[in-house]
Amino acid sequence: MQTATQPDNVVQTNRFADLFARKSQGLLNLYITAGYPGLHDTVPLLRTLADAGADILEIGVPFSDPLADGPVIQQTSTVALRNGMTLRRLLDELQGVRQHLPDTPLLLMGYLNPVMQLGMEHFCRRASEAGIDGVILPDLPAEEYADFYQETFRRYNLRKVFLITPQTSEARIRRLDELTDAFLYLVSGPGLTGGNQTADKTAQDAYLQRIAQMNLRNPRLVGFGIADRASFNQACQHANGAIIGSALLRAIEGADDPHAAARQFVQSIR
Amino acid sequence: MSFQPTARGYYGQFGGAFIPEMLYPNVEELREQYLGILADPDFQQEYQQLLRDYVGRPTPLFRAKRLSERYGATIYLKREDLCHTGAHKVNNTVGQILLAERLGKKRIIAETGAGQHGVATATVCALRGLECIVYMGAVDMERQKPNVARMCMLGAEVRPATSGSQTLKDATNEAIRDWISNPTDTHYIIGSVVGPHPYPDLVARLQSVISEEIRKQLLAQADRELPDYVVACVGGGSNAAGAFYHFLDEPTVQLVAVEAAGHGVHTDKSAATSVLGRPGIIHGSRTLLMQDEHGQITEPHSISAGLDYPGIGPLHAFLADSGRAKFVAVTDEDALQAAQLCSRLEGIIPALETAHAFSALDQLELKPTDVVVLNLSGRGDKDLETYLRELHLA
Repeated sequence: MQTATQPDNVVQTNRFADLFARKSQGLLNLYITAGYPGLHDTVPLLRTLADAGADILEIGVPFSDPLADGPVIQQTSTVALRNGMTLRRLLDELQGVRQHLPDTPLLLMGYLNPVMQLGMEHFCRRASEAGIDGVILPDLPAEEYADFYQETFRRYNLRKVFLITPQTSEARIRRLDELTDAFLYLVSGPGLTGGNQTADKTAQDAYLQRIAQMNLRNPRLVGFGIADRASFNQACQHANGAIIGSALLRAIEGADDPHAAARQFVQSIR
Repeated sequence: MSFQPTARGYYGQFGGAFIPEMLYPNVEELREQYLGILADPDFQQEYQQLLRDYVGRPTPLFRAKRLSERYGATIYLKREDLCHTGAHKVNNTVGQILLAERLGKKRIIAETGAGQHGVATATVCALRGLECIVYMGAVDMERQKPNVARMCMLGAEVRPATSGSQTLKDATNEAIRDWISNPTDTHYIIGSVVGPHPYPDLVARLQSVISEEIRKQLLAQADRELPDYVVACVGGGSNAAGAFYHFLDEPTVQLVAVEAAGHGVHTDKSAATSVLGRPGIIHGSRTLLMQDEHGQITEPHSISAGLDYPGIGPLHAFLADSGRAKFVAVTDEDALQAAQLCSRLEGIIPALETAHAFSALDQLELKPTDVVVLNLSGRGDKDLETYLRELHLA
């Protein structure tokens, strides 16, 4: 790492490395949309999910046009935007999050345009100050990242998580594996978040096994279409863990007590 | 200054390919193959033959006498409205369907705003026997019923986009999502010079037949290859890219890009991206984009379903940014009046989109010696209901 150019207040922890050293199987990564169901629910829900047993938490930055997401995340994003959630407000709210969640790796997941309007450097600085560990920006391709933003990410001790699909070539997977020190996000099959990916289990297993045999540097988590204990366990067979978003949001939707609903959901997974 | 994209698809600071990994293999395959396929003599022979015998090219360059008298300059209309299916859109879909066949794709998806691109895509899919699914905003389906009916008649499935403003932007989101969900057998025929590289360049090249013909026809008819002005409307900007293409490196030719001002650029109901937009990312490319201060894409307004897109193609963003093209904005009301004027003076009912280009003639300071070519991008049959209602004709 370029410690020479590192701002003084950036601490060189890698919570991902710490987590994976402690635990390498059956990791549960949970995604929520920031500002959903209520504007100020984000940090309290993160605490609830961590207490309930989440290993990694992903905080979705709502965007008007979430191209890679299915209807549930689109809908919760729309509600969050109506609630008044913005990237700026979210970064403000997250500044105190590490008091309550000292160890859980935290990721911001969102689309590039809101980040660009804030400015990549400013975004990275605020995220880093809040103790965020990594970022998922599906529409920022690896090439653009490597050429223009990797230095900035490193300077602020942030890692970029890359997505891999069944169509991603081996050479490209190795390249993406080189570009991160967090984990690789294996998209379970063709489709969007929250979709039904259960159609071809054999093909999915073969794909996950193929990646598992590549001896990659980073751990691998499976996402898209993981909705219950069965699909979670299935995904965990050939990876270090799995990511659940839409199913959790569906469980929270309309609940009188979103915290109780979230706890119950996590219990239903394991 | 070069108006050709770089290897990574950039026009100045605009362009690129900002796509999720799920689309990477598709877009990469297209990027690697498109120039080779376009240059292949077999492709060219088939493409040119279909343009001639099926589309009806070359389209005439018509000297509009009464409009010329009114504006005190010589005005030519490039009659893309006479293309099969009624608009320039088919130039691109004929090319892309041949490309899709060479890529071995069996299923075609498209997005459409006014329905012209959807009709053109449904048409070539019928011609080549390919499955066709067209995404269209639910609001646009209501505004452009005749085109929805035509697509159904041609055997396409029209799927309504019900998110956001339920217009072109949302139809494009849905088409991209379909492509993500069907990554191997499907080709996405984008209808404008938008989207990730190589689409803006691919579509511009396929539409450049317009400017190529204009040069030849002007030489034959007016003894000069270069007009003083080329005028075209811009939603995403495909007809303008086609009309400008062979004039981009001719500095004496003033390029005029006409955007939809909706109720006016100072209201919150407008689609004039070059005035109201800032650099941002939409549908895979960095371009000028209408958005709020937090980077959320805002919902544009135009009476014309083909122009209410919150961005413009990256080439156009570069033309605006560099000053190579003059961008003018025309309101709903002015476009309606221009449509009526063109209908009454020349016996040609233009598409609502094209009516914006006609209205821009009012904003040019024309001299008697000036030669203007206006790209008459589409015909107005699909807009009759709107014209009758808004102009109180029935």
